[in-house]
Amino acid sequence: MSHLTIPKTYKLYIGGAFPRSESGRSYEVVSGKGAFLANAAKASRKDARDAVVAARAAVSGWSGATAYNRGQVLYRVAELLDGRRAQFVDEISSAEGVSASAAGAQVDEAVDTWVWYAGWCDKFAQVAGAGNPVAGPYFNLSVPEPTGVVATVAPQGAKGGSLLGIVRTIAPALVAGNTVVAIADEARPLSAISLGEVLATSDVPGGVVNILTGSPAEIAPWLASHADVNALDLTGAGGLDWVELEVSGADTLKRIVRPEPGIPDRALGRILGFVETKTVWHTKALI
Amino acid sequence: MKDIEPADGRFLEYAPAPESTSILKVRTDYGLFIDGEWVQGRGKSFTTISPSSEKKIATIASASDADVDAAVAAARRAYEKSWAKLSGSDRGKYLFRIARLVQERARELAVAESLDNGKPIKESRDVDVPLVAAWFFYYAGWADKLDYAGLGANPRPLGVAAQIIPWNFPLLMLAWKIAPALAAGNTVVLKPAETTPLTALLFAEIVQQAGLPRGVVNIVTGAGDTGAALVRHPDVDKVAFTGSTAVGREIAKTVAGTHKKVTLELGGKAANIVFDDAPIDQAVEGIVNGIFFNQGHVCCAGSRLLVQENVHDEVIDRLKRRLSTLRLGDPLDKNTDIGAINSAEQLERIRTLSDIGEREGAERWSAPCEIPENGFWFAPTIFTGVETSSTIAREEIFGPVLSVLTFRTPAEAIAKANNTPYGLSAGIWTDKGSKILAMADRLRAGVIWANTFNRFDPASPFGGYKESGYGREGGRHGLGAYLKSGASK
Amino acid sequence: MTIDKSAPAAAAPATLAPAERAVQVLGGDLTEKALRQNLEGLPGVDAVGLEQRAAGLATRSIKTSSKAWALDRIIRLIDLTTLEGADTPGKVRSLVAKAVNPDPSDAATPRVAAVCVYGDKVPDAIEALGAAHGDPDDGLISVAAVATAFPSGRASLRVKLADTADAVAAGADEIDMVIDRGAFLAGRYGKVFDEIVAVKEACRRTDGSYASLKVILETGELNTYDNVRRASWLAILAGGDFIKTSTGKVQPAATLPVTLLMLEAVRDWHRLTGEKVGVKPAGGIRASKDAIRYLVTVAETVGEEWLQPHLFRFGASSLLNDVLLQRQKTITGHYSGPDYVTID
Repeated sequence: MSHLTIPKTYKLYIGGAFPRSESGRSYEVVSGKGAFLANAAKASRKDARDAVVAARAAVSGWSGATAYNRGQVLYRVAELLDGRRAQFVDEISSAEGVSASAAGAQVDEAVDTWVWYAGWCDKFAQVAGAGNPVAGPYFNLSVPEPTGVVATVAPQGAKGGSLLGIVRTIAPALVAGNTVVAIADEARPLSAISLGEVLATSDVPGGVVNILTGSPAEIAPWLASHADVNALDLTGAGGLDWVELEVSGADTLKRIVRPEPGIPDRALGRILGFVETKTVWHTKALI
Repeated sequence: MKDIEPADGRFLEYAPAPESTSILKVRTDYGLFIDGEWVQGRGKSFTTISPSSEKKIATIASASDADVDAAVAAARRAYEKSWAKLSGSDRGKYLFRIARLVQERARELAVAESLDNGKPIKESRDVDVPLVAAWFFYYAGWADKLDYAGLGANPRPLGVAAQIIPWNFPLLMLAWKIAPALAAGNTVVLKPAETTPLTALLFAEIVQQAGLPRGVVNIVTGAGDTGAALVRHPDVDKVAFTGSTAVGREIAKTVAGTHKKVTLELGGKAANIVFDDAPIDQAVEGIVNGIFFNQGHVCCAGSRLLVQENVHDEVIDRLKRRLSTLRLGDPLDKNTDIGAINSAEQLERIRTLSDIGEREGAERWSAPCEIPENGFWFAPTIFTGVETSSTIAREEIFGPVLSVLTFRTPAEAIAKANNTPYGLSAGIWTDKGSKILAMADRLRAGVIWANTFNRFDPASPFGGYKESGYGREGGRHGLGAYLKSGASK
Repeated sequence: MTIDKSAPAAAAPATLAPAERAVQVLGGDLTEKALRQNLEGLPGVDAVGLEQRAAGLATRSIKTSSKAWALDRIIRLIDLTTLEGADTPGKVRSLVAKAVNPDPSDAATPRVAAVCVYGDKVPDAIEALGAAHGDPDDGLISVAAVATAFPSGRASLRVKLADTADAVAAGADEIDMVIDRGAFLAGRYGKVFDEIVAVKEACRRTDGSYASLKVILETGELNTYDNVRRASWLAILAGGDFIKTSTGKVQPAATLPVTLLMLEAVRDWHRLTGEKVGVKPAGGIRASKDAIRYLVTVAETVGEEWLQPHLFRFGASSLLNDVLLQRQKTITGHYSGPDYVTID
């Protein structure tokens, strides 16, 4: 006897919960071959606003956690992602219309990406920081600190990137202790929401990562102009009017990463794109 | 008792002890320094005056769009033909030469700076100019060690850097911009501020004396439109700006959608936080240095004094006594503590904001000092009873005006300190080390001074969080701002 | 009054001698604990900031007419000192002659404030001074004697008090005592306090007046600025008329930052009580330009009214001749040389 499948309802991931869009809107997601897969929630500007509120609320806890702890949490994401490998392979192969082995390779890359960035948590500050030999009786240390709330546009339609694209944009921002509002690949958002489920069941605190599905062209401008967003990762925004987004972000002098085709490499530079260098001076004296 | 009493009865009326201006050879008019030569500007020339006397110093050329074009073209040629082809060690040697020339001409540069800017000679002589030399010396040594700049092996320069600097530390800001740019292998077009072009033009002479290849350093003078032309020039690869947040925002918008890398050092409204267990006399000195150094024309000035409520009266009393000993007057006098406000326009802004402070109910107190007849002056002023919602607690005044607020607990101090769109610097005064480090962790600012304030060093990265800008100047971080990875796409 | 150390109260908190100032500030219940709390409650000192402030004051430059005034004033503030085991009546006479007539080529040269000698040389000094002996405010010269087992202070209180009383009986106008640094560093503030109070009492003359008491902290041995601030405060509370940096026998002796810090203590005392306490940097100040820096520091920290012999002194010997050379230069316009001033 065959078992009738229970299709999953794909919703947004905001503040550790999975709400539908407050607008009640959804849109049809189809497979690489054009078949109906699911109705994804179509996030509105208010969902984006809620996501920023959740992300801001999560900053102090996440950035205040020890680097060792953040590393363990990100590693935990890799563990859980790997544990749900089969599900992601399914989703990716249907979304992208690729073979199971190609999809598996993508999942493996995504897992490895989490592991790689997890390892950076308690090391990047040693590479990017500095003890500065100033000419005077001062202790002088520069350390990188998180920028705050990072809004990212995941790669849109990048080959082999429906999962890996969003992982490569979210993970590096988390390393330093930033929190993220991510806009998923519009046409292939399902594995992004499944990633949200992984995050929700790993030890990532609610609000640290928020995932919006829907139209980047509609949502991104609200994030770009939002005064409580500190940085804008436009990696996947090459197909949007990204210049306008950059101009809009300039109003509150957001840190901006410009678009890049395809899937970004994993790189220390992506961690450092969302940090601030803080330099602390203190007098030194024996007497 | 028989004594030779000074006529005024006070021997400590030591003034005037003016630094001689005879050391300074100022030309009556200056052109633009493009491609190693002095050329006429095609814009409408203007005069630069001394803000302490309102007397004219020289006529200054104004660069038109075409002049900016010529300067960028010269920088591009120099980048491609000479500078980028030089070995790192040779670039370094040129920078060492500049550092030495600055030291040799230190007194002259200090006099020029104080004359043109209005800052006290003791600051230009003991802070600005020595730091200028130090900056070139520091980055000179980096020029042949770029592999260690943190961008992997064989990092590459960006190309032509457009650099726009403010009037508060004219020559020092020039050094912050030019030294790392050249060390990394870029060529530059620099625009000094309209009211303080003099030392940049003297620096052009130093560039000539150092024998730098033509076009590596170009100095174009002018007002905001010259700067705007430079920023939007399509052949510019890097924009570095120090100045107001408003202009920084415009620059960020202008470069949007281009390949240009940007460093912005913008405004600030730093909290200087004094706890009840602070080393009190040094804290008072730090408050004074924090806000009255350079007439408060400092982006990282400690313009908001957050003082623990239980020591508020004590601190303010000591502060007022100390301020009463400050000497305001001739910037060229070696005993002057507070010089002239840089321009009539800036003075107007300080007055306006101070009046608003008073209207909003804060209590105003100004140090008793005689204001000279000519020039632009503002007595050191403190406002007590300021609330976080007060205009003078939020807006950058950029003058010798301190807003005093109180707090009860460290958590409240942090909340108030961070409650601003700016995030450039902050000060902490307490004898308790653990409190300093925890406070430093939580303050959202790029530079934290603990039991000191307004210290600068070429080895130490400087720059802001939030609307105070992005990118760092100084240290390895400052070098990285002029490089790209050798592996980058 | 004297302190009876033979019968200490076993359990009760040690009660301190009822010095008037301490009673005023700490209340009638004057215990070691109260004193400790007061001293340890003083704000800390950040060495870097203190030294920077001192360095800033040192860059002040004064105009020529002020300089002439400053040089004369420095002379009037000098305690011309000889403190050697080899001091003889002849050496003291020679010192006094220099004090009375610092520059034989210029009769307008002011006299120094005091001569400072060991206690047993007080009679020699007084004899040599003759009619020139008296209050520096009247253009005369005081006699200061170091006492209390100077410079180490390592003797019993009985010996210290006798040392002091002898000098006062011999006619010393001023007593430069040393504190017990060992006791201070061991945290026995009460002992240091009581000794100062007792020495002050030993300064009492038969007519009920007191010789002026300078309390030497020996800052070079106290080592930290926090200690200097506490010791300054302690010496003031115990009734010192002056606080003095050093014996001159320990390095470092007077420094500008230490003197600034002590002036800050004096300033704070004045703010608190309205009472003026003197400061005497001693040892290591040899050049006029250094001495002028001290004057500037005094003026900017406590005010110019402190620049008078009852509130500020330099403990020095070679400084005088450098001032005289500079003085000759300001008068003649030429640089002078060491052969044109007398060696003592």
